[in-house]
Amino acid sequence: MTFPALRISAVVLALGAAPATAQDALLNTSYDIAREVFEALNPQFQAHWQETTGRTVTIDQSHGGTSRQARAILEGLPADVVTFNQETDIEVLVEGGLLGADWRDALPNGASPWYSLPAFLVRDGNPKNIQDWSDLARDDVEVIFPNPRTSGNARYTYLAAFAYGLEQNDGDEDAAEAFVKAIFDNVPVFDTGGRGATQTFAERNIGDVLVTFEAETGGIAAAYADAGLERVTPSVSLFAAFPVAVVTEVAERNGTVDLATAYLEWLYTPEAQRIVAQNFYRVANDDVAAEFADQLPEVRLVTVDEVFGGWDAIQENHFAEGARLDNVFVNQ
Amino acid sequence: MSTATLPHLPGQSGKGARILIGLAVGLTLVFIAAPLAFIFVRAFAQGWQVYAANILHPATVHAIWLTTLVAIIVVPVNVAFGIAAAWAVAKHRFPGRGILVTLIEIPFSISPIIAGICYLLLYGRQGILGPWLQANDIQVVFALPGIVLVTMFVTAPFVAREVLPLMQAQGTEQEQAAVTLGANGWQIFTRVTLPNIKWALLYGAVLCTARAVGEFGGVSVVSGNIRGQTNTLPLHVELLFNDLNAVGAFAAASTLTLIAVVALVVKTILEGRKDAGH
Repeated sequence: MTFPALRISAVVLALGAAPATAQDALLNTSYDIAREVFEALNPQFQAHWQETTGRTVTIDQSHGGTSRQARAILEGLPADVVTFNQETDIEVLVEGGLLGADWRDALPNGASPWYSLPAFLVRDGNPKNIQDWSDLARDDVEVIFPNPRTSGNARYTYLAAFAYGLEQNDGDEDAAEAFVKAIFDNVPVFDTGGRGATQTFAERNIGDVLVTFEAETGGIAAAYADAGLERVTPSVSLFAAFPVAVVTEVAERNGTVDLATAYLEWLYTPEAQRIVAQNFYRVANDDVAAEFADQLPEVRLVTVDEVFGGWDAIQENHFAEGARLDNVFVNQ
Repeated sequence: MSTATLPHLPGQSGKGARILIGLAVGLTLVFIAAPLAFIFVRAFAQGWQVYAANILHPATVHAIWLTTLVAIIVVPVNVAFGIAAAWAVAKHRFPGRGILVTLIEIPFSISPIIAGICYLLLYGRQGILGPWLQANDIQVVFALPGIVLVTMFVTAPFVAREVLPLMQAQGTEQEQAAVTLGANGWQIFTRVTLPNIKWALLYGAVLCTARAVGEFGGVSVVSGNIRGQTNTLPLHVELLFNDLNAVGAFAAASTLTLIAVVALVVKTILEGRKDAGH
């Protein structure tokens, strides 16, 4: 008796759960730690949308690791737009046929309205005087970052350190690998994610320096204000795109293509960029970037394409089984 | 009661018993009481007002409501299913009866995350029913129906497991007597069967409620984590924790803990009644 009843109730629930005015609602599926940014951004966009079109719009947020979010979208999470911190996870959606391969051309700056870079957080007063990647390889320094096998954040750390090693050794890859290994040998514990590494560093007081996205260092320092943690930006780091895209298949079904596009374009306006910069991201708009030059010191950024020849080459030369990460990451 | 009145097993001294009791109490304090107390300490770390503000945050209020709604849907269905299944198994003989008993208990032995993934592979966009559901604009996973279905799966055995042994022990004599006295099926059920199992039934329902409210792994797979839409209370606790909002996470956790404690108290009371009713 329960099985048909159950199915009917599921259908009734489904109908009840469907938004009544689909064209005025947007689901933004985003990365884990972006909640504050979008909590600040969305009301501003809602006001902007009301002003320019006279319509109200609700924006729902889903946050999680972007690989997992991409998986969920493949399985039917009705995301109109994605705002991710890993380009490779948007490529997963491209392979799934949910949006076109040319998504990077749809918006300025390679569809990355803001970006960040691996940077450092050190103890009060920087007692070990940690200024650059070379300091992380010193024998007297303990370094904290998560496991690069499970954390995209840590993969950027690995790549940034490798890029620095290449520069210091005239492009000698084996020497760069030895340099990165020296840093990895200074890591007492590899947590599975950025949150775990943050706890290890800030709550368990292990290590002299935490390596994570610069965008996170401000929030962590504020959350553990008593500890007096200090942000340090290295001389050179890796450009980490925070790419955005309309999920065409979903948006077309929901009739939200125009709204979704307008939302993503609005993220490039000075108004939006200022909110983002307040959260310690670097932004695409030069004027706004100049306003926040004090809190985001100058840094030379290299890109994945320049140094490593793109993500496919990185996968093959660094992250595949038996590749360079395996040589560096021996103590698991 | 003094230990002297307890029957002593050969070779066991009162001192040994006291050490064992001390160990049990100590471990209970360390592993259960202390973490529970800590939840409330952390939740109120910044005072009542911060606690209230966190609880009354719209996303938290919605998570509490969603979790309640899921329990309101799941528990009655589960009670109906449990009675029907236990009735079928205990009072009737039919081929495949043993298989049915095993099937009912499967959710106990399967990790909830596997249940979640199964529903995803069945009802998801790339799933077997996915294209049909999408063509008819029915959203099952990443919406309330998916959360309800997974919670139903995970909690399915709770009522049946409590009611079944009781029904089996009681046999069918009373029902047969009722038949000879001219009672119809419904009368037999409401006047004879139901009163016999009511405490076990309530006990199962309380366990089911506690589990439905606390379910994390399976729901996490099919939720989609949309704040204010599909975020249940346990998922909300995790999200707040990941956002470095410890007070918010522990405040939300404290409501979950309260529900669990209430369920525990009710369960203990019912347990007494159930045993007395034997």
